[in-house]
Amino acid sequence: MITLTHYLILSGILFSLGIVGVLRRKNLLMLFFSTEILLNAVNIGFAAVSKYYGDLSGQIFSFFIIAIAASEVAVGLGLLVLWYKRSGTIDLDSLQMMKG
Amino acid sequence: MEKYLYVVLFAPLVGSLFSLLFTAKKKNVITALVTSGLLLISFVSSLTLMFAVHDGLTLHVKMMGWISAGNLTLPYGFIVDNVSVVMMVTVTLVSSVVNVYSMGYMMHDKGYNRFFTYISAFVFSMLILVMSDNFVGLFIGWEGVGLCSYLLIGFWYEKESASWAGNEAFIMNRVADLGMLMGLFLIYWQFGTFEYDKVFAHVGAVNVGVVTTIGLLLFVGAMGKSAQFPFHTWLADAMEGPTPVSALIHAATMVTAGVYLVIRASDLFSLVPEVGHIIATLGAFVAVFAASMALVNRDLKRIIAYSTLSQLGYMFVAAGLGAYWIALFHLMTHAFFKSLLFLGAGNVMHAMDDELDIKKMGGLFGAMPYTAILMAVGSVALCGVYPFAGFFSKDMILAAAFNGGNFYIWFALFIGAGMTAFYSFRLIMLVFFGDKVYKKLGFHPHETYPFVLWALLPLGILSTIAGFFEHPFEEFVTKILDKYEFTMSHSTEVGLIFLTSAFVIIVIVATIYKYAKGGFSKQLETMPLYILLKNQYYIPKLYEVAIIKPYYVLSKFAWKQIDVRIIDFTVDLIAKVLYKSGQESRKMQSGNLSDMLRWMVVGIVVLLALAIFYRPVM
Repeated sequence: MITLTHYLILSGILFSLGIVGVLRRKNLLMLFFSTEILLNAVNIGFAAVSKYYGDLSGQIFSFFIIAIAASEVAVGLGLLVLWYKRSGTIDLDSLQMMKG
Repeated sequence: MEKYLYVVLFAPLVGSLFSLLFTAKKKNVITALVTSGLLLISFVSSLTLMFAVHDGLTLHVKMMGWISAGNLTLPYGFIVDNVSVVMMVTVTLVSSVVNVYSMGYMMHDKGYNRFFTYISAFVFSMLILVMSDNFVGLFIGWEGVGLCSYLLIGFWYEKESASWAGNEAFIMNRVADLGMLMGLFLIYWQFGTFEYDKVFAHVGAVNVGVVTTIGLLLFVGAMGKSAQFPFHTWLADAMEGPTPVSALIHAATMVTAGVYLVIRASDLFSLVPEVGHIIATLGAFVAVFAASMALVNRDLKRIIAYSTLSQLGYMFVAAGLGAYWIALFHLMTHAFFKSLLFLGAGNVMHAMDDELDIKKMGGLFGAMPYTAILMAVGSVALCGVYPFAGFFSKDMILAAAFNGGNFYIWFALFIGAGMTAFYSFRLIMLVFFGDKVYKKLGFHPHETYPFVLWALLPLGILSTIAGFFEHPFEEFVTKILDKYEFTMSHSTEVGLIFLTSAFVIIVIVATIYKYAKGGFSKQLETMPLYILLKNQYYIPKLYEVAIIKPYYVLSKFAWKQIDVRIIDFTVDLIAKVLYKSGQESRKMQSGNLSDMLRWMVVGIVVLLALAIFYRPVM
C-alpha cells in the first residue's frame, strides 16, 4: 500500500537531489534541470497532500507551478542561448560581471 | 507697579544680551553705555519700588508656569517685599556704579565688551536670587551668580593663576551647594512645595530635628557662597579677577547671598536657635580669623578680601543671633563702603601699573588725593567711627552679641574690630603716606579719569551717611522680619558703644602714629606667628596636600585604569567587532552566482529551522 508518507519521502528525496544539483552543478543547463527537479518535487508533495485531504486546491496549485516552470524555462533557455552566443560558454562562474 | 518689577529684573538681561552681540568684535563703547543705562534704569525702578513698598505695597507676581511635574507645580514667581527690595536697591546701585567705573578701568582691555556682558548677566542672576518667591528660583539665581563669578574671576583666562582661581571658586561652591541642594530636597520632602510663604507657614508643624537639619544644610550652602570657614580660601584667590568684579561680586553682592538666604529663611532659622548659635559662633570665629590674616598680608586686594570675609562673619553673627534686620543693615552699609574700598584700590592699581604690593607704594596721596580721600572714607566707615555708616551697623552687631549673653562672641567681635582698624589704616598709611617707595621703583602714578571719581562719589556719600537711616531702616524691614529686642539697659548700651569706639579710635591713632614713625621692624617678620598668618594658617597648603593631591591621584587612577582600560576598552571592542564582522561578511558578496545560491540555501535552512523550532508565545 502506498501511503502519503511514501509520496512525501519521494518528494523529499527529489528535493534533496535538486538542492544538491543547485549547489554542485556549474553548468547552467544542469542548473535549470535541478530547479525543475525542485519544482516537481514540490508538485508531488502538493498533489499527494491534496489527495490525502480530499481538497483540490493543492492539485490546482501544482498546475500553476507547472505553468510557471514552463514559462520560466522558456525565458531562461532563451537567455542561456543568447549568453552562449555571446561568451561561448555556459559555465556559471563565467557570469561574474558585477563582482564588487 | 508690576511693570517696574519686570523692568528691574529684565533691564540687565537685555543689556547683557545686547553686549553679547559685540563680544567677538573689538572694543565698542556702546556696550558700556547701553549696559550702564539699563542698570541705571533698573536702579531707578528699584528705588520706585522701594518707595511703593514703604507705602505698604507688597508685590507678588507669578509671571508664568514653570515646572509642573507630578505633585510639584512651580510658577515663575517673584516677590518684592521689605527685604528683597533692600537687596534690589543695593545690588542695582552698586552694579550701576561699578559699571560706570569699569568704563574707565577696562578702557584698554581687549575683553571690554565681554566684561559688560558678564557684569549685566551677573546682575540679572543676582536679581533672580533675591526676587524669587521660592527656593528653586533662589537656587537658579544662586548658580547663575556662581557661574558669572567663575567667568569674571577667570576673565583674564590666559593667565594661569586666574583660570585656576576661577576653577577653585567654582568647585568650592559646588561642594557647598551639595549641602544646599540636600536642604532643598529635604524641604520638598517635608513640605511638598518650595514656595517661601507655604514653607514658612507650615514650618512650625514639622519635627524640630528635621528643621535643624534643613537649617544646617542650607547654612552649608550659605557658607560656600559667603566664603565662611572652611570654604574661605576661594575668596582671597578670587582677587585674580578685575578689580570692579571684586568690588561688585566678591564684596558687595554675591558673597552676601549666604547672609540673605539666612535672612530670607529667618522664619525657619528662628525656630532652631541652636543652629543660629552655630552660625553666630562660626561667624565670630571667621570675623577674627580672617581679620588676623589681613594683618600681615601685603597684597592690596587680598587685605580687602580678608576684610570682606571678616565682615561677612559679623553679618552671620547678627543673623545667627536672630537680629536679622541688623544683619541686613550691615549687609547694605558694608556693600557701600567695601565696594568703595575696592574701587579705590582699583584706582591705585591702575596708577601703579597693576602692582599690588603695598610695601612698594607709599606716599601716593600727592599723586591721587581724591582716591586717597575716598578710600579713607571707606576705611573709617569699615572701622566703625562715628558718624560713618559702619559705626551704626557694626556697633549694633556687637550690642546684639552682648545682649544675647554671648560674651565670648562679643569679645571676638571686639578684638576683630580692633584688628579691622589696624589693617585698614596700615593699608591707608602704607599706600598713601610715608616714604615714596614707588619713585625708586620707577612708577609714575596719576589720578584716574574724573568721571570714574564722580561715579565713586555716591558710594562715598552713602558710606558716610547711610548710618543715619538706621531707625527708618529698622522700621522698614521689621515689618516682615522679626524685631530684635534689646533687653540690656540703655546705659550698658551706651557704655559698650563708647568702649568699642574708644578701642577702635585708639587702635587707629596708634596705627597711624606707628606707621608715620616708619612702621614695625623687620624682626617681626621672622616671628612664628607672623609666618603662620602670612601663610594663611597653612590652610591652602593643607587643602592642597590633604584634598587636591589625593584627589588628583585618584582621578589619574580612574582615568588610566578605569576609563582607559575598562570603559574605552568596551567601547572600542564594540567598534572592533562590528568592523571585523563587516570585513568578514563582505566576502559573501563575491559576485559568483553559485556562491549566492549556496547562501540562499543556507538562508532557507535557517528559516526552515526557525519555522520548525521557534514557536512565538501568543
